[in-house]
Amino acid sequence: MFVDSKWHMKSLLILLSGLFLTLPAYAMDAPESVTIDALAKYYEPVEFDHEMHVDVSEDCSSCHHHTTGTGTADQYCSKCHSEYKELVKVACQDCHPTQPFSAEVVNLQSQQDIFHADMNGLVGAYHQNCMGCHQEVGGPTGCEDCHARTEAGDEFYHAGKYAPTTAEHATAGH
Amino acid sequence: MSKVSRRKFLAGSLAGGAAVMLSPAKNAMAAGSFAGFPEGMGVLVDMTRCVGCRSCEAACNKEQKLPAPDQPFDDYSVFDQTFHHGTQKRRPTEKAYTVVNRYEPEGSDKPVYRKIQCNHCNEPACLTSCFVNAYTKTNEGAVVYDGSVCVGCRNCMIACPFHIPGYSYSKVIDPVVKKCIFCYDTRVKYGKPPACVEICPAQVLTFGKRKDLLKIARARIKKNPGKYQAEIYGEKTVGGTGWLYLSGEPFEQLGFDTTLQKEPIINNVKGFLGTVPMVLAIWPALFTGFHLLATKNKGHDDHHDSDAEEGEE
Repeated sequence: MFVDSKWHMKSLLILLSGLFLTLPAYAMDAPESVTIDALAKYYEPVEFDHEMHVDVSEDCSSCHHHTTGTGTADQYCSKCHSEYKELVKVACQDCHPTQPFSAEVVNLQSQQDIFHADMNGLVGAYHQNCMGCHQEVGGPTGCEDCHARTEAGDEFYHAGKYAPTTAEHATAGH
Repeated sequence: MSKVSRRKFLAGSLAGGAAVMLSPAKNAMAAGSFAGFPEGMGVLVDMTRCVGCRSCEAACNKEQKLPAPDQPFDDYSVFDQTFHHGTQKRRPTEKAYTVVNRYEPEGSDKPVYRKIQCNHCNEPACLTSCFVNAYTKTNEGAVVYDGSVCVGCRNCMIACPFHIPGYSYSKVIDPVVKKCIFCYDTRVKYGKPPACVEICPAQVLTFGKRKDLLKIARARIKKNPGKYQAEIYGEKTVGGTGWLYLSGEPFEQLGFDTTLQKEPIINNVKGFLGTVPMVLAIWPALFTGFHLLATKNKGHDDHHDSDAEEGEE
């Protein structure tokens, strides 16, 4: 027991010191490109051109809410976060969970304050943010406009070489 | 109190008043003011987010091991399909427990997509209507059924206010009802979200405890009153449903039945069912008594008559 906990403490300290050394540098530099592959399965990973999106968006907060230290235009969030410092957590997956409906996260729904109880998962956050903007500015909105489907994806959607051979119609109703 | 009495009513109507069905009573639904199991799960469907990608249909097909679809799940021409001379859009079937339909409401510049599946009512009409007791409302909020006891009577299909249960018309022998079970066996029972919720790329679907989802839904409306209709469909409808809908357009323009009663369907028949055990218990004794009283004198008359007849001879 005691040996175990000491070992845990040590590894925790090493981990923490590692974080403190690396994170500030990370938070200050916006990446040129981000590979989005957290949940790649039916689709290939997406190479997100961060630099281009920095150029076209009005300010960081349109995607990063209040975490980049540029304030936020969202009236709902600005009640608390109008003059907010740059946070250590800036990357999407730092806050948006990859498994938003695990038992753990679902239990948080009732414990979180109402402003943060309804937080999107990572995939939901991407698609809502990206699609919302793309629809407005005429960016790509089709599934495969942004990510190529894998063979597992073709099988999943019964498409491509997994498409049904006999085209039977009008059987879906009564 | 009411929990026991309703179960007794049902048991009474099925088995002549004998209390033979007490064992499933813990899963049974109470009548009237029942608001769902406190820990019951649900899904909030935010139709303002849906882009109609049909991934939920594909995920359902895979998870429930349903037969291959007639058309690929990335074929969006299915949204143009209509039935019964254009009056009906796609509905769930034995081959698809969930379908997405496209609507073009008046005054909306973009289409609205609506996913339909079993709404997992707090007080399911299908359960009420099933005389072999195939249906169960689980503590987790799922409305599941035991296909092995289903006799294929299709009462539940008529009872369901949302026209959800499908029927295995393709089976010649022993056809049964088929519907969404909230992925109960494989997922929800183990605290995992249903397959459709997990796959949804835009998080149209939010899985959680029904009571938390209502809070989240109200918060979304409050935060963005211009975007949303003020109503949460399913909050009160037919006694409340596990699946709840938020919409940007009037619900009646998206195929929702907004004329459904707020009261659970069971309330329509509760009074009648309540009299069944009474009838079964009291009427035999009562009418036997009447019969005995009515025939007592008649028996004597018969005797006298026969005596008279004998006398005459």
